[in-house]
Amino acid sequence: MAKVIVVTSGKGGVGKTTSTAALGAALAQRGEKTVVVDFDVGLRNLDLVMGAERRVVYDLINVVQGDAKLSQALIRDKRLETLYLLPASQTRDKDNLTAEGVERVIDELRKTFDWIICDSPAGIERGATLAMRHADTAVVVTNPEVSSVRDSDRIIGLLDAKTKKAENGERMEKHLLLTRYDPARAERGDMLKVDDVLEILSIPLLGIIPESMDVLRASNLGSPVTLADVTCAPALAYRDAARRLAGEQVPMTIPGERRGFMNKLFGRRAA
Amino acid sequence: MSLFSFLNRRSSAPMARERLQVLLAHERAQVGHSDLVGLLREEILAVIARHVQLDQDKVNVTMQRGENVSTLEVDIEIPVTASVRAA
Repeated sequence: MAKVIVVTSGKGGVGKTTSTAALGAALAQRGEKTVVVDFDVGLRNLDLVMGAERRVVYDLINVVQGDAKLSQALIRDKRLETLYLLPASQTRDKDNLTAEGVERVIDELRKTFDWIICDSPAGIERGATLAMRHADTAVVVTNPEVSSVRDSDRIIGLLDAKTKKAENGERMEKHLLLTRYDPARAERGDMLKVDDVLEILSIPLLGIIPESMDVLRASNLGSPVTLADVTCAPALAYRDAARRLAGEQVPMTIPGERRGFMNKLFGRRAA
Repeated sequence: MSLFSFLNRRSSAPMARERLQVLLAHERAQVGHSDLVGLLREEILAVIARHVQLDQDKVNVTMQRGENVSTLEVDIEIPVTASVRAA
């Protein structure tokens, strides 16, 4: 049965698009048919992170307005045949998205895909509420930093109030994805620890993604980090998170936490 | 001096944690309350409007949070000319 996931955060720049691409690719690597949907109308970027920016012909707005068929707008990934992208429009504005139109597109996607991952725009306005509206599960992307945690708290409130599930009196499943985490700084007391953020937001943890150069490198190359280098720390962390999303029991590790003295001296490359 | 201040530097994460806990406790209460007050206002209005003709703008519902008790204040202005429907 299809599962609709919204990747959301409130605050911008915390890693929603990166996480959407990485989780989408990791789920597709399991052989499950996955589509990543960009809801950031006017400021699309998922196409760029996926390396498909030159293949966009039709977009979500075209499909919502009936100017293109869904099959015309979907872009199949060149590396993984189970991975698809539905891009946002760059030229129109978000007012072209209607609640009914989005519902129609999501319902149609549900028929052919196992996973529908919606990349929410930042903020708490219409674009963000439309992206979360039809979700079964939310992934709340948070940095261990005060403004990000505060905004995530706000988004959790919205998930419990403004989604279809919430309105039907059902429980909205929410997971925390802690990104840009630096275990060494947290250990020194200069960064909120995983437990601090968990205690404050009190939603279950999906994964901890370490701060890493590999994330920027993957986006430079136009590849989800889980495809760019399958052995790097963030790729492993995202893959574990994807497995947990799929219902597997995977022990939670904090990547890079046990760094030896020599590593602390010379192993700063990844930090 | 700079060496001294480096040694004396306290970690900042506990401060972040404490500030967030205080702030979010406050913000959650605020968001919850504004919804509650709005809801109460609608429902109180609906009940009274069944019996008395009311001016929607003359109904005031406020909630004040004290340390031990919160008070709900409902202020309704009923015009002298209002026709009171027989219950």
